[in-house]
Amino acid sequence: MKSQRPVTFNHNPLLEQGLPAWRPRVILLCLLAGSLALAGRAAYLQGFNNEFLQAQGESRYSRVIPVPATRGRIADRNGDVLAVSTPVRSIWAIPSDAMLSPADTRQLAALLETDVQTLNARLTSERDFVFLRRQVPPELARQIADLRLPGIHQQQEYRRYYPGGDVTAHVLGFTSVDDRGQEGVELAFDQELKGRPGSRRVIRDRRGQIIEDVESIRLPQDGQDLVLSIDKKIQFLAYSALREAVEKHKAYAGSVVVLDARTGEILALVNAPTFNPNNRNNLSGAQLRNRALTDVFEPGSMMKPFIAALALDHGKVRADTLIDVGNGRMTMGRATISDVRRPRGPMTVASVVKTSSNVGTVKMAMQFEPEEMWRMFDALGIGTPLSLGFPGEAGGRLRPARSWRPIEQATMSYGYGLSSTLMHMARAYTVFTRDGELLPLSLTRLDAPPQPLRRVFSPESAQALREMLEEATGPDGTGGRARVAGYRVAGKTGTAHKLAGGQYTDKYISSFVGFAPVSNPRLIIAVMIDEPSAGQHFGGAVAAPVFARITEGALRTLGVAPDAPLAPLHFAGQGGAKPVVVRGNL
Amino acid sequence: MSGWRFHPLALLQALFRPLDPLLLLVLAGLLGYSYALMMSASPERLPVLQIHMMAAIGAMWVVALLPPKRLLSLALPLYLLGLFLLVGVFFLGETSKGAKRWLDIGVARIQPSEIMKIAVPLMLAWYFQQREGLIRFGDFIVATLLLGLPLGLIVVQPDLGTSLLVGAAGLYVIFFAGLSWKLIVPVAVVAVVGIGAVVGFGDTLCQPGVDWQVLRDYQKQRVCTLLDPTQDPLGRGFHTIQSTIAIGSGGTFGKGWLEGTQTHLAFIPERHTDFIFSVLAEEFGLVGTLGLLAIYMVLLLRGFFIAAFAPTLACRLLAGAITLVVFTYAFVNMGMVSGILPVVGVPLPFISYGGTALVTLCLGIGILMSIERNRHAVKE
Repeated sequence: MKSQRPVTFNHNPLLEQGLPAWRPRVILLCLLAGSLALAGRAAYLQGFNNEFLQAQGESRYSRVIPVPATRGRIADRNGDVLAVSTPVRSIWAIPSDAMLSPADTRQLAALLETDVQTLNARLTSERDFVFLRRQVPPELARQIADLRLPGIHQQQEYRRYYPGGDVTAHVLGFTSVDDRGQEGVELAFDQELKGRPGSRRVIRDRRGQIIEDVESIRLPQDGQDLVLSIDKKIQFLAYSALREAVEKHKAYAGSVVVLDARTGEILALVNAPTFNPNNRNNLSGAQLRNRALTDVFEPGSMMKPFIAALALDHGKVRADTLIDVGNGRMTMGRATISDVRRPRGPMTVASVVKTSSNVGTVKMAMQFEPEEMWRMFDALGIGTPLSLGFPGEAGGRLRPARSWRPIEQATMSYGYGLSSTLMHMARAYTVFTRDGELLPLSLTRLDAPPQPLRRVFSPESAQALREMLEEATGPDGTGGRARVAGYRVAGKTGTAHKLAGGQYTDKYISSFVGFAPVSNPRLIIAVMIDEPSAGQHFGGAVAAPVFARITEGALRTLGVAPDAPLAPLHFAGQGGAKPVVVRGNL
Repeated sequence: MSGWRFHPLALLQALFRPLDPLLLLVLAGLLGYSYALMMSASPERLPVLQIHMMAAIGAMWVVALLPPKRLLSLALPLYLLGLFLLVGVFFLGETSKGAKRWLDIGVARIQPSEIMKIAVPLMLAWYFQQREGLIRFGDFIVATLLLGLPLGLIVVQPDLGTSLLVGAAGLYVIFFAGLSWKLIVPVAVVAVVGIGAVVGFGDTLCQPGVDWQVLRDYQKQRVCTLLDPTQDPLGRGFHTIQSTIAIGSGGTFGKGWLEGTQTHLAFIPERHTDFIFSVLAEEFGLVGTLGLLAIYMVLLLRGFFIAAFAPTLACRLLAGAITLVVFTYAFVNMGMVSGILPVVGVPLPFISYGGTALVTLCLGIGILMSIERNRHAVKE
């Protein structure tokens, strides 16, 4: 096979012993074939397949990115800012690009307020993208950018800041890192607040850095600002009064609601325990609960004025009608209803309210058909959610009238066997301040008083109850500790045993709901203290002083003219209405 | 050179006389491509590139001035120096990206394996020259050993690309020197069958856990990636996919110089070195690609012409081997970037960034010029 035919490359005979001719030819042929293959491949990629590849190429750098809209501000009724979005930057890194000298790493760690080990752990991560720290203030971000470190990048974000901190926590709620409402007003009004993000087409390089801004597809639409009905000063008053009371009485929890008695606007809403929305590490569920709206409880004696009003309305009694409460004990079937204060003989309707007589209330209630009582409770909104838009809003429980047994109808008249939230109770009391009409609630500031929801009682009955409730805060009423120097106040205490596993326990919910000034009611304030355990548990002792403190401060803040002499107050001894001892099945 | 009176034109003539005009033109074309592409791919490297180019042209000029005989007399010392440096790399080399290829000699970091691309064919050509007229089978064994020693040292670095090229250079010389077909054919058959098997049974062979015995795991991955780059688009297939996209998105006339989006947005990996071809293809399109291919073809044909008319066996072997090595470089690189060959670290000759490679290649051109200039010299 060895073809050794020599070829003369030159005419020089000395060179006759040259290369075998076909060897270079074979090689040349191979190389030409290779070149052809390359040319063919290039032609295929660039001539035929290039549309697909061009599209692939474009998809690698052209991106549509969202442009965040600034979330609307939330202000109180006087324009004080309660929540505001501030621009912040998040610092992130591509670990494989971040080749930092030890000095750079130290500097960066110091700026990020972390230690070098933690930072190094992040920067040696296997991932392509790591957040080093989110939501860094702009000034700090600028310092980091000035270091010009390779592989360290930033992106624009917004951080929600709540100047009021834990004072307004439950009203406002908070937003997630992605700027979506999670709780409270932030969730209830998320649609209005969040605005609409715009979008832009940009060119990005492999590391995600924006190289060129190509076009704006849609401009971002910033969220609307929101003006709440909340009054920051009253909110703070309520917050500190509640916190003090919860601490003093070693209570498990508590809530306060302040309404504008004329419009139904919510001026304050506080709960304890609360949280700081600006630092939400280690939050517990108990802190997050917006109890005034989500927790239902048996309102106890706070219900009694409604029964009296109903009886007045239907002409069953007049304010001075005497009701025989006997020795303060009453037997119904196997159950016994008793009064805490043991009165003797007959007493007026006003006295029944003032001394919080269970027996007297039951005697009025039993003159009605269950259906009539149910209609009143329903008209007051018990059992129907308030629909303010808050998460977990409860409606309370009101069973259908036809399932009521007589003893149940009796206990419901003084607030057992049905349940409501504190906010429901505060709203129900608008029927007294608004001459018998129930007002809708509002979390946003109203420019004009709203249409009442419905009439529940006649104006005369409401007027009569205002007087009775004022008496209830008189020196010998159960709510004497609610009194305030300079203003006439009215209100009703409530002290309810807590249910646990179907049994009433010796734990209490102490409450008070009232309004002031009586001559022209401006505020409705409802207070609920859950499980006071420092000795006192009567609503008059635990909740009424909270009412007094808030009322005094709030009326002064609002510049409401005093309607009573500024005389020093003399408080009687322990007031309160031990609600019931019910034996048998409720 | 009558009378060394200072005359600019005469000086220029004196400077250029030893240089083959056609090869010079080819070189100018290639370096022009290189400079233009570097302006696009990595402008910050231009100052260094200028130094590389000047050093390379200087080296070429010096070599072109020397007669081939002098060059061949350098074969043994150069070969030994290269071998010495490779051993040095083996013991003292700097490791970068998982391979030990570099040696710091104080003034610069060099890659001794690059020297071998010239030293090995030179050495083999010199050896066959010594044995001219009485080449026997034993000589091929010696030649194979001369080739295998440096090759082994490069393979262990590991540097598949360079060892392929050094191996190719040596085999070209041995092949031209007249290695028996009885040896060539079986090797060729094994190679064809092997490649055929990989392509045909790629799916099975590429399963994880299948050991390919001869090749390292990362080399196996490269072959498998070639068969189906989309299997691991963010990992091993990334280079091939990105470069294919860049080439394809160039279209017929390209996106224009400095306008390549894939290039400038850093989507092409190693865009100033091994993958510079995709920058060319994206910015200058099919026209630019074929233009470059044409320049390489001119180089190939000119090199073969020089080989064919070379005065001695050693010159013929050397010229043929150098030409083929340059072309193999180009072919393997373009093949790998356009996705028809596996990804091996072979730069695009004269165009990719890299000082040692450029100097070595220009030395090769210088050798070709020297052989061409001495075409009519009578063999002693």
